[in-house]
Amino acid sequence: MTKISRRNVLKGGAAFAAGTTLGAPMIWAQNIKDVTLRQFGTGVSNLNDVANKVKEDLGFTLEMTALDSDSVTQRAATQPGSFDIADIEYWICKKVWPTGNLQAMDTSKIKNYDKIVGIFRNGKLTPDSTIAQGTAPHTVGFVEGPDGKGFVDNESGWMTLIPTIYNADTLGIRPDLIGRPISNWSELLNPEFKGKASILDISSIGIMDMAMVVESMGEYKYPDKGNMTREEIDLTMAIFTEAKKNGQFRAFWKSFDESVNLMASGEVVIQSMWSPAITAVKSKGVPCVYQPLEEGYRSWGGGIGLSAALTGLERDAAYEYINWYLDGWVGGYLMRQGYYSAVPETSKNYMSENEWGYWFEGKEATDVITSPTGDALAQAGEVRDGGSFEDRMGAVACWNAVMDENQYMVRKWNEFIAA
Amino acid sequence: MLKNNTLVGWLMAGPIMAVLLFFLVLPIVMIVVVSFWRATEFSIIPAFVWENYEFLFGSNVTYRVFFNTFKYAAITWAFTLTIGFTVAYFLAFHVRTLTWQIVLFLLCTIPFWTSNIIRMISWIPFLGRNGIANSTLISWGVIDEPLDWLLFSDFAVILAFVHLYTLFMVVPIFNTMMRIDKSLIEAARDAGASGAQILWNVIIPLTKPGIMIGTIFVVTLVMGDFITVRFMSGSQSANVGRLISNDIALLAYPSASATAVVLLLTVLIVIGILLRFVDIRKEL
Repeated sequence: MTKISRRNVLKGGAAFAAGTTLGAPMIWAQNIKDVTLRQFGTGVSNLNDVANKVKEDLGFTLEMTALDSDSVTQRAATQPGSFDIADIEYWICKKVWPTGNLQAMDTSKIKNYDKIVGIFRNGKLTPDSTIAQGTAPHTVGFVEGPDGKGFVDNESGWMTLIPTIYNADTLGIRPDLIGRPISNWSELLNPEFKGKASILDISSIGIMDMAMVVESMGEYKYPDKGNMTREEIDLTMAIFTEAKKNGQFRAFWKSFDESVNLMASGEVVIQSMWSPAITAVKSKGVPCVYQPLEEGYRSWGGGIGLSAALTGLERDAAYEYINWYLDGWVGGYLMRQGYYSAVPETSKNYMSENEWGYWFEGKEATDVITSPTGDALAQAGEVRDGGSFEDRMGAVACWNAVMDENQYMVRKWNEFIAA
Repeated sequence: MLKNNTLVGWLMAGPIMAVLLFFLVLPIVMIVVVSFWRATEFSIIPAFVWENYEFLFGSNVTYRVFFNTFKYAAITWAFTLTIGFTVAYFLAFHVRTLTWQIVLFLLCTIPFWTSNIIRMISWIPFLGRNGIANSTLISWGVIDEPLDWLLFSDFAVILAFVHLYTLFMVVPIFNTMMRIDKSLIEAARDAGASGAQILWNVIIPLTKPGIMIGTIFVVTLVMGDFITVRFMSGSQSANVGRLISNDIALLAYPSASATAVVLLLTVLIVIGILLRFVDIRKEL
């Protein structure tokens, strides 16, 4: 790790002076190569390929640490000195921002800011879309100024996280083992799939999937799924505890790999799942569908935040990294895994026409679609589950969220697991 | 001179005492201290409050989970004892030459050359719905439908525990059996005792210390485990270890500490009771 020593800052300053006198557009100097930025986050975007490409394109070193959502939240909240860049989800940001461990970012330094999709700016994908329940990214995306503590509801020019990756999640199914169309969240608790269903054991996300199911069953309509009252939590848990006792669930999963194994082995035929897990099952040659459902998707978004302690050359490098991130290479890489990039139009430059058509526009593939590791995911003529970007992100019913009654919910969740 | 001897004694015990103090006593003291602290979602506040214990004893989940933990420990103990005793008996009394005893004993340890986790996880594809066990049973015509309770059930948890921990029973029992003077058995036989009588009246009483040491190993390992329960039950069952690991994942260190303290006391009480039956020190 490179400490921000006085010498480094002085060198940075000197480089900056040299850069400006020579009329160079950036502060780029030899010593940027000495910079090491420590990034940590959930596994989805902490990819070694990204770190390698950063070294190649920008010259500095990015150290990646991948953790699960709970650990990420903890670390961002309690160990501000342990990271320079936090790659976190928006609901985590809502929990972590009040601790003051992150600093707001100046959007005027973000080259592609104007091209970032509306979801992260004013909350609207298109001017007439409605904003879904839960912790919608734009509600925790801006603060009033560089030292802002509270979130504001307009594009203030100071962002908490620069959005990088997001998706619309739904249930994954094994079409070959189910053999009939699935179109509602309520199917998760359908007795037909007794002993063959699963839900994820990560409370903050699992509770949202539960809420989608409860609403779909017609048991209850939540005023806000993303912020339940104690009574609503009890009611939701009661329905799922009963299902658990009746043997509805085969297992619960906590890690990505577990969800892949459950599905690929046929232990489970319907479960909460993440997009790349579907990709992983398919690349084993096992049919698996990320089933679009009538009630809509449960969506999530992640972004990059800067540690409050980051200053000087390191901070400049971090801004450079963010600009590079939104410039398209990473976007293309992520979109080939089924995620979306915050600035889709730049990613297009890094994808083939066939890939762009399949992943983003929901068109029929004109040729084989392969995963980043080279496995065939779709043949010519197939279309993406759920269709185009607008179809999928336009049908978001709720965002991953953190509730006011979070601690109560977590306790109830533990009871559910122990029941 | 005597005084000097005491000093030398203390000096010789010094290093181990220092190690135990720093790596055993101090961490446990820390856990006890933290169990009285308070926690919010993000911070841990030094305090002296009983709320962690109040919540723990006020929730019926705690009692259910402790019951479950005891259940796993008791059933696993019964199986590991039966299997462990049988294996040790065979090795000690049926295998005549020392060479073969050593060879067969080493054979028992081969599975332990890989990690616990690997040995546990390898059961999952074996027991699965389309796993080897089910497909074999179906092809033999024993069952028509795959058995779902083989995996992600209490059966799977206990199977994994027995598999993982039987050796901890075999080793100490085998060890004490090897020390039994063979002439005692001959004497019993000369006195007209049957095989069963010899087993019950001579061998079992003399192997009690070994059984007790094995029991302590198995009971403490099972009661402190969380990963086996999580994987083999498919996260559907809970024991105390999982309560603690859930708390830690959510940064509730004080609550995790309180649970750990209660678990520690419970295990100590269990061991205390066990030691009432056999004085290991005397019989070793």
